[in-house]
Amino acid sequence: MITKFQVAYRNLLRKKMRTLLTLVGIMLSSWVLVSLLGFNRGYERSLNHDIENMGYQLMVMAKGCPYEAATMMLQGGTGLRYIDQTMVDSIAKEPEVDKITPILMQAFFDPNKGDGGGIAGYYGVDPATFPGMKPFFRFRQGGWFRDETAAEAVMGYEAAELEQREVGDMIIVPEKNVTLKVVGILERTGTQDDGTIFVPLKTLQKIAATDKITTIGIKLKKDADSAKLEAELYKLPDVQVVSFTQVKQTIMKLISTARVMVFSVAVIAILIAMVGVVNTILMSVLEQQQEIGILKTMGAMPGDIFRLVWTETLIFCGCGGVAGIGLAFVLARMTDILMRRILPYAPGGGLVAIDLRLALLTLTVIVTVGLASGIYPAWKAGRVRPLESIRSDGR
Amino acid sequence: MSGNGISLEARELTRVYRMGSEEIRAVDGVSLTIGRGEFVSFVGPSGSGKTTLVNLLGCLDNPTSGELHLAGRSIFGSGHILSEKDLTRVRRELFGYIFQNFYLIPTLTVRENVALPLAFYRKPETEEEVDRLIGMLGLEQRRNHLPRQISGGEMQRVAIARALVNRPEILLADEPTGNLDTKRTEEIGEVLQELNRSRGLTIVMVTHNPGLARLGERIVEMRDGRAFEA
Repeated sequence: MITKFQVAYRNLLRKKMRTLLTLVGIMLSSWVLVSLLGFNRGYERSLNHDIENMGYQLMVMAKGCPYEAATMMLQGGTGLRYIDQTMVDSIAKEPEVDKITPILMQAFFDPNKGDGGGIAGYYGVDPATFPGMKPFFRFRQGGWFRDETAAEAVMGYEAAELEQREVGDMIIVPEKNVTLKVVGILERTGTQDDGTIFVPLKTLQKIAATDKITTIGIKLKKDADSAKLEAELYKLPDVQVVSFTQVKQTIMKLISTARVMVFSVAVIAILIAMVGVVNTILMSVLEQQQEIGILKTMGAMPGDIFRLVWTETLIFCGCGGVAGIGLAFVLARMTDILMRRILPYAPGGGLVAIDLRLALLTLTVIVTVGLASGIYPAWKAGRVRPLESIRSDGR
Repeated sequence: MSGNGISLEARELTRVYRMGSEEIRAVDGVSLTIGRGEFVSFVGPSGSGKTTLVNLLGCLDNPTSGELHLAGRSIFGSGHILSEKDLTRVRRELFGYIFQNFYLIPTLTVRENVALPLAFYRKPETEEEVDRLIGMLGLEQRRNHLPRQISGGEMQRVAIARALVNRPEILLADEPTGNLDTKRTEEIGEVLQELNRSRGLTIVMVTHNPGLARLGERIVEMRDGRAFEA
């Protein structure tokens, strides 16, 4: 025997092109919505991952623009300011400090990098303390430097891939013409470390002709009072303290405009799709007035007709929603690339994180909004009177 | 008045339409009785009120005044107006309808069209009725065809099977052959006559076709909203 669902489903096959176009509209809005929600989640997760994988919760650096400091913290920066390395010892005495490491960031112009040259970032790190900050580092090849003054380099995964370097290769520091031997290549971490070249601190200080550093990384003891330590550090002359929370907030502020813009697009896409649903279902109801009237002579109650039309809406939104979510899964990588082009800062790792829970949430939103859109056409269909509908066929 | 032998009884049934200040009495105090298993044809010129009367008898519309009893039950009377839901309840229990236009669902097969009423309302033991009616109306070879793949006469047979699937007491046919040629008209006439004879089905038919009208045991002629036994 035939069911109401079959009747509704077959009804959608009458005007195949109209049905297809409406489905495409719902699919696109579902794609935008799930990708946006996935981005919201993925971006924050990647940012947290990036910051947690820095190995330290606080950074001390010379006073300057907080945005520059945030950029420096994550991917190096230009226009560097320096602090005295002796500051490391005095900060290490604070009771909240678990581990501490000095860092020197240097950027050199490499004419052979990319089209028309680019900046090559070097991290001068202390072989005694820096590896302890990054216990999660795994080497694809080789290991850390032999000593603190060695003319050696450890390359991040992407830096090595880009330059096609192996352990034992020699690299030249641009502008300075100093040769370094590659002694280690890291496994991929999904963070900015992948694009970094690490050099012993003293070696980089010698190359840059300075005895200063740019940054001090601090790892706190478990349950240590971060705010108290920050207050103490601010007493030091001409330094600023950047904490994990601050950096995250600063970056989230930077991307908030982009998020609002994308969210607005998603809302508009959903509204347009739902107007399409209302239009399609309403047209279908108007075209089938006589048939609805006949269904009523057969014994269909207004509620039956309402449910029949609502089922059509449900099929539309269910199929369109699922297709959109499928599309989002398939195109997640492309969305990721697109987002990276739009955003002022994008952390490593996947920017669009879509999982089953998010897919179900999106489907629920699409179906709920769709069913709300279907109320009016379904109500109108339920009110069709058989006599009037049969008369309206032009006889 | 009620009784086992009476299928339908109308008393002073009136339907008035107002168009501006003008009052049109489409049905004007019609009283008639149709016995169970009778085949009654309603004839008359266009605008004589025959379709309006049959719509009232078939509970597709409320009368302005008058009474209607169906199968011993009082349906309209004492100015009582039935809601659309109440009208539907009466219709699905007592009536099957066929019209000039067949109103088959184009995306459903012949069998699915016949079974369609059961998706909304099902009397007990009507499961086998679908295949029985398809066989009885000679549609076995067409059961899996779509409406566009069958002839007009076959379409009307499907509509008849669909009208009968819930075993109605009364079949209401409004110009059932209006869209068919002479040969198909004869075929449908024979089908209706056969259903009346073999199943004892009460048939109330509106037609312009004198030949088809003569198949009825009684012919009621409508003139200016009034009914006259011919």
